[in-house]
Amino acid sequence: MSALTAGSALAVVLPLILLFGFLLHQGASAVNVDFFTRLPKPVGEAGGGMANAIVGSLILIALAGALGLPLGILGGVYLTESRDRRLPWLIRFVADVLNGVPSIVIGIFAYTVVVLPMRRFSALAGGVALAVIMLPIVLRTTEEMMRLVPASLREAALALGLPEWKVILRVVLPTARAGIITGVMVAIARVAGETAPLLFTAFGNRFWHQRLDQPIAALPLQIFAYAIAPYDDWHRQAWAGALVLIALVFLVSLAARIATRGRYSAVR
Amino acid sequence: MADGILVKDLNAWFGTLHVLRDIGLAIAPKAVTAIIGPSGCGKSTFIRCLNRMHEVVPSARVSGTVLVEGANLYAPGVDPVEVRRKIGMVFQRANPFPTMSAFDNVAAGLRLAGMRNRAVLNDAVERALTHAALWDEVKDRLDKPGSSLSGGQQQRLCIARALAVEPEVMLMDEPCSALDPIATAKIEELILELRKDLTIVIVTHNMQQAARVSEATGFFLLGELVEFGVTRELFTNPRDKRTEDYITGRFG
Repeated sequence: MSALTAGSALAVVLPLILLFGFLLHQGASAVNVDFFTRLPKPVGEAGGGMANAIVGSLILIALAGALGLPLGILGGVYLTESRDRRLPWLIRFVADVLNGVPSIVIGIFAYTVVVLPMRRFSALAGGVALAVIMLPIVLRTTEEMMRLVPASLREAALALGLPEWKVILRVVLPTARAGIITGVMVAIARVAGETAPLLFTAFGNRFWHQRLDQPIAALPLQIFAYAIAPYDDWHRQAWAGALVLIALVFLVSLAARIATRGRYSAVR
Repeated sequence: MADGILVKDLNAWFGTLHVLRDIGLAIAPKAVTAIIGPSGCGKSTFIRCLNRMHEVVPSARVSGTVLVEGANLYAPGVDPVEVRRKIGMVFQRANPFPTMSAFDNVAAGLRLAGMRNRAVLNDAVERALTHAALWDEVKDRLDKPGSSLSGGQQQRLCIARALAVEPEVMLMDEPCSALDPIATAKIEELILELRKDLTIVIVTHNMQQAARVSEATGFFLLGELVEFGVTRELFTNPRDKRTEDYITGRFG
């Protein structure tokens, strides 16, 4: 029995290990200092890098987080705390549907509400598209994690004569913190690799962007463009980009875990 | 606190379930009043009505009057947050805040109410822990998580946490039911000490405990107050047949 469970657990992580090994094999040779510091070179010239796409991806993730995280977390608090039944039910339902909406459709939505009125592709539009993808994940995780906090803690805080908002802010949320952060990490990892919604929002850029209302490069877009191009050199760079993207997600998760590690967090 | 607590026509519901019926009694100040009765008789609900914690549960409802120092807790315009600051509560299971150290747990009530002065907090924490007979045991581990203490210590930590905001009344909802006899004895000792300064209402399953610590006892059954009186008389010479059946162990 334990051989079966251990085998199953191994089978689950095997794809990840293979994927990582394959990426290392194919992409490691193209990862060098230039890759992180240089702009892409024109076709035919060797070398160059994806510095603009790496920075672009980080900016897009930051924008999405700045929009999506506060809304998602506050909304999750509402879903947990509201005594109303119908509206939270409706919001939960809509969030779950939104979670299942293909990301390309969310891209079209951002195109319609941001790109068209602004009359240009932009980092902002990309950030909005990614934020919409993050929202339901953050919302539902926050709710679930807050529900895991024992009612007895809430009662203890209320019985100390603390107003409800302080009980939520200073006792319930900190107790649920580790779980919420995990949800946030999942959301960030998810949007970091999104390509489709960026195609006609952030659009991509072979140069440094100047402002947030201009097209911006992103790693997934760059990988896509390079992977479908007919040049071996670009293929290698695409592999390297994929490797860097995965490493980036890994590092962001790790950094957030360390930075927000509570001394004693209850719910994990 | 010369008047103690006066309860009149208190009724409580969960949804349509009528859990307390026309309760009326007078709780003496700076004394221990015990509430006994079988599970589900409404004794916990009763003390939760004394600091407006009953209404925290969705669909819960209360009617009636609870006078503390002559002022009705259920008068319109009374802020339940203020009520709970004056009337502390300790629960059945020790529930220290898991994200906080022992010190922060005790300081929580003051700190979260806005007190930032470190000296004042240090002072209040030491006083509360001393009062809860826990200071000597934890003074060297104040920065350790509250949940790292033993069960009995955690319960006393929760008592200290409630004491730190200097309430006038302390409600205890079966504070020893999860503790071993030695930890229980310590809490009982503490209760006898605390009653010099505080009005204490304790719900207990344990009739010996009620007999040991309280001056007055109320017996609840099916949401009604069957009998209320001086503890010794209630246990030795109950007026009501149902009380007699319960304390002699014929049911419950």
